[in-house]
Amino acid sequence: MDHDLLRLATAGSVDDGKSTLVGRLLHDTKSVLADQLAAVERASRDRGLDSADLALLTDGLRAEREQGITIDVAYRYFSTTRRSFVLADTPGHVEYTRNMVTGASTADLALILVDARHGIVEQTRRHLAVTGLLGVRHVALAVNKMDLVGWDELTFAGIRDEFQRLATGFGVQEVTAIPLSALTGDNVVDRSAHTPWYAGPTLLEHLETVPVGTDVTTEPVRLPVQVVIRPRTATHPDYRGYAGRLASGVLRVGDPVVVLPSGHRTSVVGIEVPVPGGLPADVEAAFAPQSVTVRLADDLDIARGDLIAGASRLPHVRTDLEATVAVLSPEPLRSGQRVVVRVGTAAVRGVVTDIVDELDLAGLEHRPAGTTLPLNAIGRIRVRLAASVPVDDYRAARHTGGFLLIDEADGATLAAGMVSLDSTTEGDSGWLAS
Amino acid sequence: MSTVIAPPEPITTRPDHAPEGERTAYRLDLLDRLESEAIHILREVAGQFERPALLFSGGKDSVVMLELAVRAFYPAPPPSTLLHVDTGHNFPEVLAFRDETVQRLGARLVVASVQDYLDDGRLRERPDGTRNPLQTVPLLDAIAAGRFDAVLGGGRRDEEKARAKERIFSIRDAFGAWDPRRQRPELWDLYNGRHAPGEHVRVFPLSNWTELDVWRYIERERIALPELYYAHEREVFERDGMLVAVGPWSQPRRGEAVEVRRVRYRTVGDMSCTAAVPSDAGDAAAVIREVAGSRLTERGATRADDRLSEAAMEDRKKEGYF
Repeated sequence: MDHDLLRLATAGSVDDGKSTLVGRLLHDTKSVLADQLAAVERASRDRGLDSADLALLTDGLRAEREQGITIDVAYRYFSTTRRSFVLADTPGHVEYTRNMVTGASTADLALILVDARHGIVEQTRRHLAVTGLLGVRHVALAVNKMDLVGWDELTFAGIRDEFQRLATGFGVQEVTAIPLSALTGDNVVDRSAHTPWYAGPTLLEHLETVPVGTDVTTEPVRLPVQVVIRPRTATHPDYRGYAGRLASGVLRVGDPVVVLPSGHRTSVVGIEVPVPGGLPADVEAAFAPQSVTVRLADDLDIARGDLIAGASRLPHVRTDLEATVAVLSPEPLRSGQRVVVRVGTAAVRGVVTDIVDELDLAGLEHRPAGTTLPLNAIGRIRVRLAASVPVDDYRAARHTGGFLLIDEADGATLAAGMVSLDSTTEGDSGWLAS
Repeated sequence: MSTVIAPPEPITTRPDHAPEGERTAYRLDLLDRLESEAIHILREVAGQFERPALLFSGGKDSVVMLELAVRAFYPAPPPSTLLHVDTGHNFPEVLAFRDETVQRLGARLVVASVQDYLDDGRLRERPDGTRNPLQTVPLLDAIAAGRFDAVLGGGRRDEEKARAKERIFSIRDAFGAWDPRRQRPELWDLYNGRHAPGEHVRVFPLSNWTELDVWRYIERERIALPELYYAHEREVFERDGMLVAVGPWSQPRRGEAVEVRRVRYRTVGDMSCTAAVPSDAGDAAAVIREVAGSRLTERGATRADDRLSEAAMEDRKKEGYF
């Protein structure tokens, strides 16, 4: 069987039992080994608890344990016979939208917890908003603490239906709702005897079977150039390869490509990828997210920061960007602020020209913003760049439509941005097919 | 339902480049994805930094990282200087393997020696004789002396709970210190390596690999390792539930009986704090079966340095450890 990888990000409000659920997943998939469990039992005893508190499995730093909080994204690994999982465990506090954005940016699936007693709360809406904004394809809704509502089917159905309505509004494509109890383990890994009315999968069954990845054959070809490989050795005097990781699409030998932002047109004469058991070798085709080295027909001036794009569907080349951003730094993002924009492998200087509006995550509407966006805020901005860069609409291409705003002075990552390309804006008419 | 830690069967799925059935053919399996990600990270370091160093001890994770670097830049050589902090208590067969590898690749190796620091009084031996925590100062000095702006390490997030919170690009201040609250959020695959003069960035290309992934990759790629990773006979004694080899820096105390056992090492560090496990695994496939069935983590099973306290790794990392 094909053993693949699912990346998931968790989100829950404080006290939804998220740490317990993650601990339960690790424990019941036998991913917790004896020495780790012994450490948790020891720590539980030290804290005067009668039984091992599985939530302690996911507590990382002493600073967190002392304060009883989670301060950052932690990554957990577990696997079954069918799949390996990378779980980004993100804290649920209101002020940590930044961590959820980070975890969701690489996730195939978002696991959102709701306490069955409380139903959908403001935090749930925030989690869904971020999930939709970041374009996470699948959402698993864990309706937790079902044991505390007597495994009531109507309670579950009410939460599921309201959640589904909200999710559709946020552009989330697929939701699977699961009634469970992290504390008792019902419907996490093992099927519950308390939910005869529930015919769906357990949480782990769902994680093992939900489709991952995208259909690369329908995507535009995008290869951001990371480094140019020029050995200049006796055996490879004239070799020149462009190394990068395919952000989207399938690239074939012979394909016509355009190098951006220069616009030079050429074609692919060779593609190398590592072959099991040895060094990279020539293949006829490569696909996202493979790391490749590409040789081109013409000697062009190509450097890190350039994008090699399939000639049939080109990205937009822009010096002005309109984007939705999530602010990640303690300092607010200011109108007029000088930044470095990192998109693909390009890093270009720019200035934030406008803060258009701020998304009110509680009321879920855009409201006019002042001249700043504070930490954890999500809003729309405009940026003017010192040089043009090729970009895609984030909803169409995550890796060439997502960018970072970096502080020019100290290098800090200020915000994560998602390019919005409105096909009605001047100078563009959707894809520039050629 | 039955779940095991990982399937023992080898992973052989490769993309089929035939146009038919493309939708399912163009998918990467786990090892291919991890390999692609690690190569991407290694190339980001080459693209963003001027003087990268790659920490190479001859341990399995650093061997895999170096092999990935060879693949990332082929047919050019990897652009990094190799850096090793020698505690003076390293296994001689691991040092020999290190030197053979350096020679085979024609790489440049810089060795920072803990022994030198002890000899001239810049460091003092710890009462427990463990030298692992002593590596931090020579490491930071070597980074400063070599003016390295990026230091590649083989650390994995599955190893230890403080490492679970580590970024792939981890910024260190002028004192090499790790401040968990100052870590930059990492989105998509955009790694931000900007840093002030005097600061450097630690980079972990194997962040998302598990011990089992590393072994599966070693098997698939037929990567050579120091022999002590495989089962062999060795004189050992038991201490704190661990099998410690008899050596110049690890002598049995009264009541600790020496016996010849068939063992192997799951981690290879300083001889004074690294223990062996009983094993019959003579090759990578057998090791994979053994690791998949193990009930102990590799560090919990064999590393005395992590047993110092609940936050031993967190404390060492804050001071600038690997």
